[in-house]
Amino acid sequence: MRTTEALVDARSAMEICNACRYCEGYCAVFPAMELRRTFSNGDLSYLANLCHNCRGCYYSCQYAPPHEFQINLPKTFAELRAETYEEYAWPRPLARLFHRNGLVVSLITAIGIALIMIGTMLLQSNDVLFARHQGEGAFYAVIPHNVMVALGGATFGYAIIALIMGFLNFWRDAGGKMAELKPQSLRQAFADALTLRYLGGSKGEGCAYPDEAFSNARRVYHHFMFYGFMLAFAATAVATIYDYVFGWVAPYGYFSLPVILGTLGGIGLLIGPAGLLWLKAKSDKTPAPASLMGMDVAFLVLLFMTSLTGLVLLAFRETAAMGILLAIHLGFVLSLFVVLPYSKFVHGLYRTGALLRHAMERKH
Amino acid sequence: MVDLAKTYDVLVVGGGNAALCAAITAREKGASVLILEHAPKPFRGGNSRHTRNLRCMHTEPTEVLTEAYLEEEYWDDLMRVTNGVTDERLARMAIRGSNGVGRWMEARGVRFQPSLGGTLNLSRTNAFFLGGGKALVNAYYATAERLGVEVLYETEVLDLEIDKGVFQWATVSCQGGEPVKVRAKTVVAASGGFQANLEWLKEYWGEAADNFIIRGTPYNKGRMLRNLLDKGATPVGDPRQCHAVAIDARAPQFDGGIVTRLDCVPFSIVVDKNAQRFYDEGEDFWPKRYAIWGRLVAQQPDQIAYAIIDSKAVTLFMPSVFPAVQADSIGELAAKLGLDTQALENTVAQYNAAVRPGNFDNSILDNCATEGLTPPKTHWARRIDEAPYYAYPLRPGITFTYLGVKVDEQARVVMEGGKPAKNIFATGEIMAGNVLGKGYLAGLGMTIGTVFGRIAGEEAAKNANH
Repeated sequence: MRTTEALVDARSAMEICNACRYCEGYCAVFPAMELRRTFSNGDLSYLANLCHNCRGCYYSCQYAPPHEFQINLPKTFAELRAETYEEYAWPRPLARLFHRNGLVVSLITAIGIALIMIGTMLLQSNDVLFARHQGEGAFYAVIPHNVMVALGGATFGYAIIALIMGFLNFWRDAGGKMAELKPQSLRQAFADALTLRYLGGSKGEGCAYPDEAFSNARRVYHHFMFYGFMLAFAATAVATIYDYVFGWVAPYGYFSLPVILGTLGGIGLLIGPAGLLWLKAKSDKTPAPASLMGMDVAFLVLLFMTSLTGLVLLAFRETAAMGILLAIHLGFVLSLFVVLPYSKFVHGLYRTGALLRHAMERKH
Repeated sequence: MVDLAKTYDVLVVGGGNAALCAAITAREKGASVLILEHAPKPFRGGNSRHTRNLRCMHTEPTEVLTEAYLEEEYWDDLMRVTNGVTDERLARMAIRGSNGVGRWMEARGVRFQPSLGGTLNLSRTNAFFLGGGKALVNAYYATAERLGVEVLYETEVLDLEIDKGVFQWATVSCQGGEPVKVRAKTVVAASGGFQANLEWLKEYWGEAADNFIIRGTPYNKGRMLRNLLDKGATPVGDPRQCHAVAIDARAPQFDGGIVTRLDCVPFSIVVDKNAQRFYDEGEDFWPKRYAIWGRLVAQQPDQIAYAIIDSKAVTLFMPSVFPAVQADSIGELAAKLGLDTQALENTVAQYNAAVRPGNFDNSILDNCATEGLTPPKTHWARRIDEAPYYAYPLRPGITFTYLGVKVDEQARVVMEGGKPAKNIFATGEIMAGNVLGKGYLAGLGMTIGTVFGRIAGEEAAKNANH
């Protein structure tokens, strides 16, 4: 991690926190901090990504503004985290996509949808596009199977590669060593990540979000979103197996496994992002950098819209609107894949990496 | 809404732990309660903001406390630090009242955590607040407001009208505005000591007080304390005494809190502004000695001292807020500190020559000591000879003052002639001197504030209802 203003701020904050330690019980950041007396740039990147922004420390801090020490750890770490996303982005020249990320994500999505729409219209005559298609292969009558596979495969494949490269950049910089990896550390890290342990407070009372009172609302909405995402992903995986292994061609029945998984996932992806946006709107803005609002909001809206267009497609797939609805939904899905490595999505990867690093270094 | 025209059942002066415990208790007993807090909201809570634990009697291990800490041991600890300058009845009330008080606190929003890193010595006796004292204060304010306790911030009580030992009304100023009268049936004084009042400290310390740093809130000016004493409250505690530790001289004048403390003294030599040592740095374990070092530094010229270590010692103590002054030679270090180069080199050389071989072990009172040196260093004495060298400047950091008002078992303020005031109660630092007349016991202040806060709140509510 390069030295920036946010990094220097984070270092001086950590030096004050390390002399205080009152917040030790809130999350993993403080025990990790206590293993150090000095903080390298990589250490600070690690700690910033370990921070879940639960804000417990902010409201408890006797050094929070207006105190002259001006300790506002959630804000300081959020600023630094955003810089780490840029720092580790792959390939390097695309790091700048994290500047004004809200705008970037919105533009890519708009362009993505437009391209798919235009492409579909070029590919198909209006008669085909606005006809009712039913039964096996109905979607592929509008957008041919091989086109869909090529587009989906290319964008998703690219996202996976870029995300892995970004993760490795983070992992190396945060001082992680694969050789020291033990199964119990992996288990611990995944358990902490999948349960959002550090948004749960010390005894399950939740975190200080959207305001000072502790609540589990954020954790619950995030679970809706994350597990919704995973269900939607599972739906796609099952459908792929249906298609390639069994030769069963989409669309599948309303009570088929891919549709049930996709519908449940889609509902999660409506409730989760909507809830998180609602909490964000009414949250205390003091412990958050205003400059990062765009990145957070754009990604939540993108997830919400991807899900919404998918569910609308499901509802109207047997009507003449299917062609256009399919093109719109595909536009959102492909845009989502393209922006994944350059969006708020990366926080999950680096957070899990930081939890793994923490599981490896802490005393068992 | 706060209505200054009405007569409240209980008026609470102050907004820290003791005040909040009194206010919540009184409100739970059905009283109407108004809290007057001098500080603005972000700095509410007095010195409780800076605390982190309370000393708790317990008969068996709890979620956050190990083993047991029984009444007699607690009492013995108190006797040891106060040399008997305590009121045994009140002290035992505080001790017994702390037994199980954690449940009362948790029911009102306070959360606990196991003892913090670097404080293992307190894991048996002291229950730590999750997030520290400000989190506790926040939880109590939230509870108080939910119960309907009314709060005015930036409101200073200028005067209590007391007629023949009976409180009538308070004269207060909101946000520096014109004084107004607030009427209440009872008043609870929970407004702390006077340690942030440098003029008052100067009465006992002279100009030296200009070089004192106040570790906590700047709002503890002692106005209520002086007012009560002027109106006939019986004083308790030595007015000249204050609890002072050696803290980093670069700390802010007020509110530096915990992070300005320095734990390096036992591994250092400490010199005054003339680069001369003045006390045995290795006399005993630091938790048993840090409380004398504030006074020691206060007695040195210009109330300044410097702890000097070498690179062997640099990781042996808790990190502190400001980086050490660093140099590759003692001479260079002296120059950076503004000390006489020759004098510091001589002091270090004499010390190094007096260090006898031993087995260094900072977990015990080891056998590393000086020989033929005045003053000696009796433990953890190792030569200061491995560059780079480090120094921390020290000044007296005032934590609290001992002077207070005498109270009885109902937390009523005892007036001239030994008669308790009918409707004037006191809790927290303003009466802590009844129990802790001398010395210091970690977490006892919060215990006294909590236990007597609850008593004061209950008695005030009872009194108001009659």
